[in-house]
Amino acid sequence: MISAMVSEAWRAMSANRMRAFLTMLGMMIGVAAVIMMLAVGRGTQYAVEQSIAAMGSNLFIVLAGSQTTTGVRIGTGNAPTLVAADADAIAELPEVAGVAPISPGSAQVVYGSNNWGTIATGTTASYIDVGNWKVEEGEMFSDADVRSASRVVVLGQTVVKNLFGDESPVGKTVRISQSPFTVIGTLASKGQSLDGRDQDDTVFIPLVTAQRKVFGNNFRGAVRFIMVKATSAQAMPAAEEAMTSLLRQRHRLTDRRPDDFTIRNLTAAANTAAATTKAMSLMLGAIASVSLLVGGIGIMNIMLVSVTERTREIGIRIAIGARERDIRLQFLLEAIFLSLIGSVVGVAMGVGAAAIANAVANLTVVVTVGSILLAFFVAAAVGIFFGYYPANKAAQLKPIDALRYQ
Amino acid sequence: MPDQSLIQVEHLYKEYYTDAGSVPVLKDVNLEIRKGEFVAIMGPSGSGKSTFMNILGCLDLPTAGRYVLDGRDVGTLQKDALAGLRNEVIGFVFQGFNLLPRANLVDNVALPLVYAGVDKEERRRRSEELLAKVGLATHGHHAPNQISGGQQQRVAIARALINKPRLILADEPTGNLDTSTSEEIMKLLSDLNQHDGITIVLVTHEPDIAAHAGRMVQFVDGKVTHDGAITHGGIEGVQA
Ligand SMILES: Nc1ncnc2c1ncn2[C@@H]1O[C@H](COP(=O)(O)OP(=O)(O)OP(=O)(O)O)[C@@H](O)[C@H]1O
Ligand SMILES: [Mg+2]
Repeated sequence: MISAMVSEAWRAMSANRMRAFLTMLGMMIGVAAVIMMLAVGRGTQYAVEQSIAAMGSNLFIVLAGSQTTTGVRIGTGNAPTLVAADADAIAELPEVAGVAPISPGSAQVVYGSNNWGTIATGTTASYIDVGNWKVEEGEMFSDADVRSASRVVVLGQTVVKNLFGDESPVGKTVRISQSPFTVIGTLASKGQSLDGRDQDDTVFIPLVTAQRKVFGNNFRGAVRFIMVKATSAQAMPAAEEAMTSLLRQRHRLTDRRPDDFTIRNLTAAANTAAATTKAMSLMLGAIASVSLLVGGIGIMNIMLVSVTERTREIGIRIAIGARERDIRLQFLLEAIFLSLIGSVVGVAMGVGAAAIANAVANLTVVVTVGSILLAFFVAAAVGIFFGYYPANKAAQLKPIDALRYQ
Repeated sequence: MPDQSLIQVEHLYKEYYTDAGSVPVLKDVNLEIRKGEFVAIMGPSGSGKSTFMNILGCLDLPTAGRYVLDGRDVGTLQKDALAGLRNEVIGFVFQGFNLLPRANLVDNVALPLVYAGVDKEERRRRSEELLAKVGLATHGHHAPNQISGGQQQRVAIARALINKPRLILADEPTGNLDTSTSEEIMKLLSDLNQHDGITIVLVTHEPDIAAHAGRMVQFVDGKVTHDGAITHGGIEGVQA
């Protein structure tokens, strides 16, 4: 019986192709928007998870110099407000799992006839753990290398690719700012950061080597920033407070003087970036609901027309034994058909748009099976909701009135 | 068997309610039809014949009176039970054929079986069998508008027969057909009555058509004015 009614519904729809198509249009747009909304939302979440995974969780960055609300940093470069000893002191705090003082600078790395401009990151051995890096080949330099200012280097994958190609770099010698460095390891690739920066375009060198021999810093022991990893997400507020009072004490700041450093919560910053894209996905959600509503009203409208047009047919069906529920089911199936086919096309449009957004706009957009199922479920619900009234109207027709209808 | 009652109508009244007030159409109709009878209903236009047929077919309800069909008091039945009667007990043949224009002949004939819950294979088999019986075996996949009026009426008869009804109600089935086509249709109906024992109630304006029946009931102004057997000599005491 259902199969007979499904083919009936199909026949009725194909008898009026153009009308069916126009009726479905609202559903198509609505469902495509639903798919896009979910894809953007999911994509944002995915990107944030990825970047947190790459960066490591529960991270602070302590910057030299204070920062005003307008973002202008005062004091940086004038005085060495952060030193490696500050990092050592922070590492002693109970809320802190690890620290890595960092002193970065641009550097030309030369191997044979190949030359590559990159960022040299002067740091300590603990940066591997704190920064969530992995060593691909060879090893990271040790704290002894840092203390003795050894000329050793660990290369990021972009640098490896550009200087060595397929050759293995470990054990080779490269020149950084004219000085020879022995390559003792390479880093596993991390890919792009949330803001699109290539995180693999870097080399790690011992902090003291960087300070004394590469950048030629005037202030002994100065670092640009310190990465700090808290023991847990819960410990982060306490860690921030403890670091603030510790650094103020170490820098001998009286109560009236402002901080000469800035502590930023990196995990929170990543979540803020996610909120922006969430707003976009909410807007798509609004478009989706409006066009699903309009699409549903369109279906109801066309089904009412259809019931009127086919009053005589309904009369014939009643005369040969159709019950009210048979007639109701028939028209309900037609309405569900319209909205379901509309949503199949809508899903295709949504998935296509997501693929384009991925390729062109460089947005991370993730379409899941769940979101496709949800779209179908919503479509069926719209078909039933807006199809019920016309279907019931058809079912309630008096047999004799329906048969006499001209 | 032939003397068992199939239709029993007692003190039947029907009024239509219009803007101008109520219009009495059937006024105290009493009639009994036994199983296996072939009854022709005649009478002037507007005398209430179609109104009466619609009530017999459970398509409309009387304003007052009792109607018992096949042992069931129709006035006490719910809508679904009435639909069941239309599906299983009654077959309709209309003046205007009333086929579904978008469905082919096989599907048209099989339609009552969809509502009877018969499966697809069986529906097709019985539909093709009946199309063959009415002489349209090769036309199954035509649309109704691709065949003649006489052929359409034969399809309608096949549809009326498909769920093995006990009663066929035919309101002017030859009204839109020429004389020779009408004769073919009447032969088909007579045959169903004589060989298959199906009770037939038929409305017509033409004495030649009515002559196929065994009994004639005349309506005038909403009342039965004559009810008698049809003999070979013609219709007793009636001027058409
Ligand atoms: N739905 C209705 N509303 C009001 N009056 C109606 C309705 N249907 C029928 N009538 C009236 O009832 C009377 C009987 O109509 P009916 O169709 O039963 O006549 P009939 O005997 O079948 O006539 P004909 O031979 O022309 O088919 C007519 O006067 C008609 O105008
Ligand atoms: Mg009539």
